[in-house]
Amino acid sequence: MSDTNYTQSIITAKKDIESVNDNSDKLAQEKPCLTVNDLSLYYDQKQALYDINLSIPEKRVSAFIGPSGCGKSTLLRCFNRMNDLVDNCRIEGNIHLHDEDIYARGVNVADLRQKIGMVFQKPNPFPKSIYENVAYGLRLQGEKNRRRTDEIVEKSLKGAALWDEVKDRLHDSALGLSGGQQQRLVIARAIAIEPEVLLLDEPASALDPISTLKIEELIHELKENYTIVIVTHNMQQAARVSDYTAFLYMGKLIEFDDTNNIFTNPSMKQTEDYITGRYG
Amino acid sequence: MIKKWFKSGDPFIWLNASAVSISIIVVVGLLMVIAVKGLSHFWPAQIIQAELVNETGRTTLVGEIVDTSEVPVQRLIDSGIDIKTDKEVIERSLIKVGNRDVLGSDFRWVIFPENTSIIYPEELTVIERREWGNFYGYLLGISKNGQPLKTNKPLWQQLEQLIDEANQLHDKIRDIEKHEIGGINYELEQLRLKKRRLELDGVTDKSAYKLIESEKRALNDLYNQQKNALVKLYAEATTYTVSAKIMSGQTVTIPLAKIVRAYQPNRLNVFQKISIYFSRLAEFVFDEPREANTEGGIFPAIFGTVLMVILMAILVTPCGVITAIYLREYAKQGFVTRLIRIAVNNLAGVPSIVYGIFGLGFFIYFIGSEIDQIFYPEALPAPTFGTPGLLWSSLTLAILTVPVVIVATEEGLSRIPKALREGSLALGATKAETLWRIIIPMATPAMMTGMILAIARAAGEVAPLMLVGVVKLAPSLPLDGSLPFLHLERKFMHLGFHIYDVGFQSPNVEAARPLVYATSFLLVLVIVILNLSAIWIRNHLREKYRHLDS
Repeated sequence: MSDTNYTQSIITAKKDIESVNDNSDKLAQEKPCLTVNDLSLYYDQKQALYDINLSIPEKRVSAFIGPSGCGKSTLLRCFNRMNDLVDNCRIEGNIHLHDEDIYARGVNVADLRQKIGMVFQKPNPFPKSIYENVAYGLRLQGEKNRRRTDEIVEKSLKGAALWDEVKDRLHDSALGLSGGQQQRLVIARAIAIEPEVLLLDEPASALDPISTLKIEELIHELKENYTIVIVTHNMQQAARVSDYTAFLYMGKLIEFDDTNNIFTNPSMKQTEDYITGRYG
Repeated sequence: MIKKWFKSGDPFIWLNASAVSISIIVVVGLLMVIAVKGLSHFWPAQIIQAELVNETGRTTLVGEIVDTSEVPVQRLIDSGIDIKTDKEVIERSLIKVGNRDVLGSDFRWVIFPENTSIIYPEELTVIERREWGNFYGYLLGISKNGQPLKTNKPLWQQLEQLIDEANQLHDKIRDIEKHEIGGINYELEQLRLKKRRLELDGVTDKSAYKLIESEKRALNDLYNQQKNALVKLYAEATTYTVSAKIMSGQTVTIPLAKIVRAYQPNRLNVFQKISIYFSRLAEFVFDEPREANTEGGIFPAIFGTVLMVILMAILVTPCGVITAIYLREYAKQGFVTRLIRIAVNNLAGVPSIVYGIFGLGFFIYFIGSEIDQIFYPEALPAPTFGTPGLLWSSLTLAILTVPVVIVATEEGLSRIPKALREGSLALGATKAETLWRIIIPMATPAMMTGMILAIARAAGEVAPLMLVGVVKLAPSLPLDGSLPFLHLERKFMHLGFHIYDVGFQSPNVEAARPLVYATSFLLVLVIVILNLSAIWIRNHLREKYRHLDS
């Protein structure tokens, strides 16, 4: 892509964003953390995402909603390049973390994933002790200092609101924890390496209502320090936890706006149909 | 009614249960047969004495009944045996009469006439000899240097004491022959090779040769010393002889040094018999074979089997595991990997003798002779590695069993949830870090399972080994006290081959038959022990990742 084309595409992207958000100044005033430009994604010949343009604001919670198969998880996994693991997956366009193109040649994917952490739908603690689970990322970074590791493990578990429940059995297997505890452990594991962005892929969908509530409270606290992107099936959850909400449908970004606007006064007809339950 | 019964699923349960029962009965039955037939051989049986009357006169028969069977009379008449009886079938007994040196053969088929009286005299003696098999008969006396021994002790006590001494002497002689003189010979051979090596390298420095010569002289002195000691011991060994009478009335003289064990089974009580039983069993397990493998023990075969299997496991496990990791984790899944998988699976079905041929052609004739050319030119034309040996046997069996390890490891790797890999990668781990920290530890039990299956297969394999390293009688164990301790180039003995050899190649088939059963039982036992220890190791590892199964 030549320079002029590139500039052109940014301009159109901005225009698109503005056209979507013309009745909201709030989003435009936010400092962007992740910027997506003309992102299309193909599995083999099948296109899964169509020209996505949006920018995720820093230290806010952004939610992706939409019906099953609309591409919200796929889009989320583009942010930390998890789609690289899928054979025959091809991406056009680019994503910037601040000013750095994460799809540029020579980007170290492992380093990128340390900056953009991810929590999956099903809790996936490693078959190690609770302590070792949280310390995993630190060990990868070569942290040898025991005292420092102890500190970070404690801080992360406190940050994930799990410390009080596990402080007496840090060296027991993590697989003995309940589902909700496991999910918070996975969040603790992710924040132990102090990423800038946390991607949460339906983090509460496999949990019971009380655990869900705890996770939602946790998200609320975490946004002080992290930019959070959450994918959810559950519209109430999106309304409760997020500052901004994006609605995706059939691989296209329909609308990205202040959560209040989306749920009370959506600018697009499709969004309104979805949140009022007319389809999806 | 019956339709309802079929619908209830009961017939299926019965079918399954009977299949399980049949399997268990077959396995247990097999083990019982070889255990009973093999292990009963070591029991000191009663010795009979019977008077047989026929046209030529009376003969006395002394021996132990080994087997009895019913045969049709007509068949005996057809084969030229003259019998006067009105019965259709007649009972025939196989008697072990021993005394091969005089009577020509150990065994005799006998048809006892109806009114034969069989007695069990307490004085009947069994003498197990190092040569010519067992003696059965009556003890007459002990001589020292040809003169009757004058002693106030009872004859039997005197004999037992002398046998003990003779056995100690025998151990001493064998120790000198095997270890002292064997070690000297080994070092002399090494010196010869060293000298040859110097010649080949074109070294003209006289001092180097002189050094070798002086070492050689020292060794020769040592050798002469040992030889003198040996001559003295041999002279000592011929001091005592035992004279005894066999069933045909002849008197035989047995040097005491040739006696392993003597006992009078008809006089023994149960505890004494048990003691003899275990002494014979221990001899079988811990001693070396004698008399063309039909007597004595099978220790070298047990040792060779275990060592070869362990070496095989050490070779095959890393190789199979690495292959499986590459195939599953790194290789792009597609036509080529599918082809490789099919090839690997088919490899498991190739008859094992084909691997033997491959081992002979590739390892021994190609790689082995190359190694000889490069590293052991001084020994040529005598091959070092260019001949069947322990290393090549282990390698051949490693190739034979590598598909098992690959398949088991791949299975284990594919069972690890994708979520865990993603979890690790999402924390900034590279693929290699994920592999080392998460995947390999979790797949370890599967790898161990592969190893267990490989061991089970390799321990039972005989056919390829005949081509690549197993021999009937190995002069020395592959592991001993002289450097470099583990002699990979040496030939070795193997339980499976031992069974074949004793059972089919033996000059004395009847005598060898119980040993075939006993050796089979021991082979099964060795395999079970090898497997159990591998399973124990696996379970030990699994403790750490127990939850994986949940």
